[in-house]
Order: sequence, then structure tokens, then C-alpha cells
Amino acid sequence: MSVLPSESKPFPHRHLLGIEGLFPIEISHLLDRAEAYVEQNRQADKKKSLLGGRTVINLFFEASTRTRTSFELAGKRLGADVINMSVATSSIKKGETLIDTAMTLNAMHPDVLVVRHSESGAVRLLSEKVNCALLNGGDGSHEHPTQALLDALTIRRRKGRLDNLVVAICGDILHSRVARSNIHLLNIMGAQVRLIGPKTLIPGGAAALGATVHHDMKEGLSDCDIVMMLRLQTERMHRNYFPSVREYFRFFGLTYDKLASAKPDALIMHPGPMNRGVEIDSEVADDIGRSAIRQQVEMGVAVRMACLEAVTGNLPEISGEVV
Amino acid sequence: MGTWHDIPLGKTAYVNARLVDPATGLDEPGALLTDGETIVDFGPGLFADGVPDGIEAVDCNGRCLAPGLVDIRVQLREPGEEHKGTMATAGRAATAGGVTTMVCLPNTNPPIDDVSVLEFVARRARKLGLTKVYAYGAATKRAEGNELAEMGTLAEAGAVAFTDGDQAVANAQVMRRALTYAATFDLLMVQHPEEPALSGCGVMNGGEMATRLGLTGIPRQAEVIMVERDVRLVEMTGARLHFAHLSTREAVEAVATAKARGLPITCDTAPPYFALNEGAIGSYRTFAKLSPPLRTEDDRRAVIEGLKSGVIDCIASDHLPQDEDAKRLPFAQAAFGGIGLETLLAVTLELFHNGHLSLNGALRLITEAPANLMGLPAGRLKKGGAADLCLFDPDRGWKVDADRMRSKSKNTPFDGHLVQGLVLRTVVDGRAVFDQTGKDA
Repeated sequence: MSVLPSESKPFPHRHLLGIEGLFPIEISHLLDRAEAYVEQNRQADKKKSLLGGRTVINLFFEASTRTRTSFELAGKRLGADVINMSVATSSIKKGETLIDTAMTLNAMHPDVLVVRHSESGAVRLLSEKVNCALLNGGDGSHEHPTQALLDALTIRRRKGRLDNLVVAICGDILHSRVARSNIHLLNIMGAQVRLIGPKTLIPGGAAALGATVHHDMKEGLSDCDIVMMLRLQTERMHRNYFPSVREYFRFFGLTYDKLASAKPDALIMHPGPMNRGVEIDSEVADDIGRSAIRQQVEMGVAVRMACLEAVTGNLPEISGEVV
Repeated sequence: MGTWHDIPLGKTAYVNARLVDPATGLDEPGALLTDGETIVDFGPGLFADGVPDGIEAVDCNGRCLAPGLVDIRVQLREPGEEHKGTMATAGRAATAGGVTTMVCLPNTNPPIDDVSVLEFVARRARKLGLTKVYAYGAATKRAEGNELAEMGTLAEAGAVAFTDGDQAVANAQVMRRALTYAATFDLLMVQHPEEPALSGCGVMNGGEMATRLGLTGIPRQAEVIMVERDVRLVEMTGARLHFAHLSTREAVEAVATAKARGLPITCDTAPPYFALNEGAIGSYRTFAKLSPPLRTEDDRRAVIEGLKSGVIDCIASDHLPQDEDAKRLPFAQAAFGGIGLETLLAVTLELFHNGHLSLNGALRLITEAPANLMGLPAGRLKKGGAADLCLFDPDRGWKVDADRMRSKSKNTPFDGHLVQGLVLRTVVDGRAVFDQTGKDA
């Protein structure tokens, strides 16, 4: 159950587990706060003491460089103590269960856990066990809320709005948590979402989530404002989602030719890391006028600062004894 | 390079013909005019006052002038097995059979799972200038049933549909993905409906006769199980699927049910399955060893009923050349398959002569129906369309003689059969590529 937003608490949630179920005003609040941090991050002195004394643990069960670094910087710039734990060095490798690891960390009184896990629902499971705030850094094919928020901030800054935009999300929708969070966010904010990809990579019931489905790039991109490319995991090829990288690129790789059917000022986005020549042509990816890919990374830190601020604002002053 | 078919063509008038066109139901006396490679005009009143000078006239003697036949299931054996057949020998067999358009299976060596092989086949066929050749692309790499082939790229290069040829895509997950991927581009998939785990090392239809002969049977259920599985996968994926050469009553019924439910499913059968039954094996005749195997008399009747009711959409010859060494073996060791291009018309016309279908009704199954199914610009008389024609005598009887087949391999299951319906002349793009009008008495 979502808690209705109130005047005093524009983001009343203990955790940020996903975008689904958030209210437009909550999303706008996070984006507004992030906007302020964008400016702060461009100053020589980037540090605030808002989270002074707070502890943030980045608990990453899945490899990540940019998201983990982004969260780490966000925490540090707000003055928190930030610890990174990655699976390679943790006791998970020694056979500890997910919940035991979480309970162990919980006993050390962290204020925020940022969790990434390869299984959908793993972050939700942890949220039921810990006393601190939890930020979902990406769970399986389920959600990646901070990515959707940083995408939204990027779009809002470039286009001035989110509503009434046509956004095409292209590629491996089936396995993508980025796509799911974006579909939810864009629908909540009044944008029109299109999904483009081979039928093998479009999940069943995609239309019910609030999107139209296309299997032809030119058709799907026609007159759209935003083109969001997704990373294609080439190992999917051997599980028969597509026959070869060259065929994938031929039909679903973003090239100037296909982009021509989008609006002339359509913005190109990619959550990274990119596979050049697989889902996106190098030239298009590096087009300074149209590609927002670098800007997305900048927005990432600001959005994560806003999220850390929002969830810590809802923590009790004293967390009490661990049981 | 100058070849005979580069010589410019003039106008040809086919007069005194019985014009037959299943696409429109036309069946009346008349004439047809071609100019170069196209049909210019045809109809009952044409050349009523004689053929003007400068136009070559062909007297059809009242014989049937119909669209050239369309055969959607042929093995050319080239590249890779030229000792069994080549594009040239298949082309000559096809033209002798009145076939002006054929679609070849991808199980060549190398298989047609790559644009370069597809283009090789198209280039060779163009150069020969005989029957027009279209090709299926392999549904999976090397037609092995494991990994998807580049269907999108192959379709852009001209592959008309996708199949692993004489092998079923056995793995349900691979078939699911192949159908789903094909649906991305609205491509047609074609399945050889036989569950290989059940057909196993069987060599003929399972049942009493196999028991008497001491041969391992292929259970009839192997066919319907695959049909029913794939019907569910079509329902799941929304893809278009065509089943090749149905041979059992149960499979025909399963397709009828699927069609009644509105699913995008079609099917064909081959002449042996409505003209022969397992009795044709007699005492171990390997020319009657086919895949799927010849079934029972009840199945044969069910296939005819399917053709009459429209459950079975069309007929394909299933032309599969095997050299003598592959057939002159103990039955179990002999290869599967029979040639069929040269007997396609005559055996199909049995449906007409036996009163099951009208002449146009029978002819439609080997002209307009398969052409429409594969989206080919063929199978009908059309002003401005390609002058692909078949002149035949529907009543003329002849005896099928394996030794006199034009196909390089002679393995016809109809060897020795008396049939009715003789091809007199075959015209491809306005040129007579086969002509035995001299034999017309």
C-alpha cells in the first residue's frame, strides 16, 4: 500500500524499491531535489553535511561499476560514511544466505542499504528484514528505480517536460529492469511509451503495462521524442532470442537511417554500458547534438543524492536495539 | 554471356485452347496471347477472326491451357549432392511436369541458412532459365534444430518461408523461439510434423503390415503429436505455421480443429498420400519408402476428404531424388523419399477423374493455392503477368516408367502406375521450355 503524500513529507516512504506505485508528485519531488544537486555537483565544493553521521552500505551482489560509483559519490557528497561490499569479497561466497548477510549488516546499524541483486524480488525480501532504509540498485529483471529517475531528469532538462512525450524503448525489454522502471515512470508522468524489439525479446503482457509494441524500428521510432536504447546481452543469442549480432544490428541497431523516422530533435539515451555495433552505431552514440548518454551519467549522481536524502528523512532518530 | 534464352521474344498466340484458370474458375474455349515474357490477353473471343501476321500461332487442339504449376516442396540436391540431382536435372523434370515455379528445401550441403547459399541457388536457377526457383531458408543454423538462423536477413534476400526441411524442429523451446522470432517479421514457418523421438528408427507405417514384413514401424501418433504441439505454440506466439505433407487422419482432423479455432495454420499433402497406401510397399519396394511413411487406406481416404473440404490447402510433389545406391538396399537401410515433379499433374488429376474434385478444383491445389500460400506471383492467368503456362491433355493416359523419368534419380513411388493427364508444353516467361505437342494425337 502506498502512503498518500502529505505536505510535510513529499516522499513518505521508508524504502525506494521500485517506481511502480509511486505518485507523480513523489517523482517530481525527487527530480526537483536532484535538480538542485546537479548545480551543487558542478561547484568546486561538492560536499554537504546533510547525512553527516549516517552510514550507507552499497551491497552489490552483481557486478557494477557505474551504479556503485554513482551511489558512492552521492553518499559521500551528502557527508555520509559509505562502505562498498561486493559479492567477490563477501561471506556470500562462503555460503551465507542472503538474509543472514543482511541481518549481519543490519546489526551494525547502517542507515541506508543500497542493494543490487541478480534475482527479481531479492531487494523486497531484504526490506522485510532490516531496520534501515533500502534503495534498490537493480533487482533481476524487475526494477531499477534510480535509473528511471535519472533518465526522467535527463529528459526533463532537455525537453522541459515529461508529459505528452513519445518515448521509444528499444531492444531487450524481456530481461530489462531499466525498461520496466522506465515504463512505470513514464506512464505515471503522462508520457507515451513504445516498446521496440524482436518478438522474442518483448515480454508477454507488455501492452498491459501501458505501452504499445512494435517490431519494426522505423515504424516504432516514427515521430518519437526520445529513443532509449537498451544493452543487448550477447550471451542471450545462444538461448535463441536472436540468431546473430549482425542480424540484430541490421534490424534493431540504432543507425542514422532508422533514426530518421524519429523527430529531428529526438534525444538518444542508453543506460550503459554500450555495445557499439550491436544495439547502437558508434556515430549515433557519439552525436553530441543528439546523444544524452553522458548527461545521463551526470544526472545519476544527483538523482541518487535526492533518493538518499528522501529515504533518510523518513528514518527514526534512534533505531533501537537489534533483535 | 549469351544463351538461347537471351534471344528476344516476339508474340505468340495460343489458339484453339481450352482456357483453364482455377483462380477465376475460367474453363472455356479461347485463345491466349503472349508478348515477350508476359501474358497480354486471353479470353474466349480472342483471335476469333484469325491470328494476324507477325504473330506465331500455336494450335492447342482443344487441350487445356492453364497457369504453370507451382510446387512448394522440392529437393534440388544442389549444392552438395549432385550425384542425386542437380538444378539442371530438377529443372528438366519440373518443366516436363508442367511446373513453372518451385520452392526448394534448405537441406542442401551447405544448407540454405546463409544469404550466400540462397543467392547461389537463385543465380544458378536464373542462368538455367528453366523452372523458376524460390527457396526456403533454414529455420535453424545448419538446419540442426538448435540455434535460430538469420531469418530476417534471409527473408530480405528472398527466402519465402522457413523450415528445417525434412527434419522437424523437435525441441519445443527452439520451435517456440523460432515461431516467435518469425512473427517479428511476419514470416511463415513450415514444419515437417513428425516427433523424432517416436519415429525413432522406424522405416514404415507402424501396424499390421510392418509386423508382417518384420520392419520397425513409425507410429502414426508421431505426426499428430507434433501437429498438436505446434498448434499450441502457434496459439502462444501468434506466428503463421504451415504443416508439410500430412499423411494421417488424426493430423488432418487436428488441423481442421485448429483452423476452426481461427489459428493461422495451413497444411499440404503430397500425391503419394492420397494416391497410395502402405500396400504399395508390397514385397519391400524401397521406392515406396517415404517420409512420412505411406499410411493405411483409411488415412488415404481421410487425406482426400481433407483436400475436398479445404482443410488441406494445397498439394506439393515432395520431390526427393535418391540415387540407386541409396535405394537398392534392404528396406530398412534404404533412404527415404521419392521423386514427384513429373507425376504431380497426372496424380493430382486422379482427384478429378475419380470424381472427388472438379478439374479447376484439382488444378487449384497445384497452382493458385500454393502460390497464394507462399506469396508467389504465380499460379494464375493474368494480363500483364508472367507467361508461365502449362498446356496439357487431362484425359491422355500414360504409364509411369522410372527408367524414362527426366529426373537424374529415378525413384518414383508411382513406377508402373497408369495415370491420366499428359503435359504437352511448358512455357516459362513466354519461352517453351518443354514441348511434346508432336506426340499429341
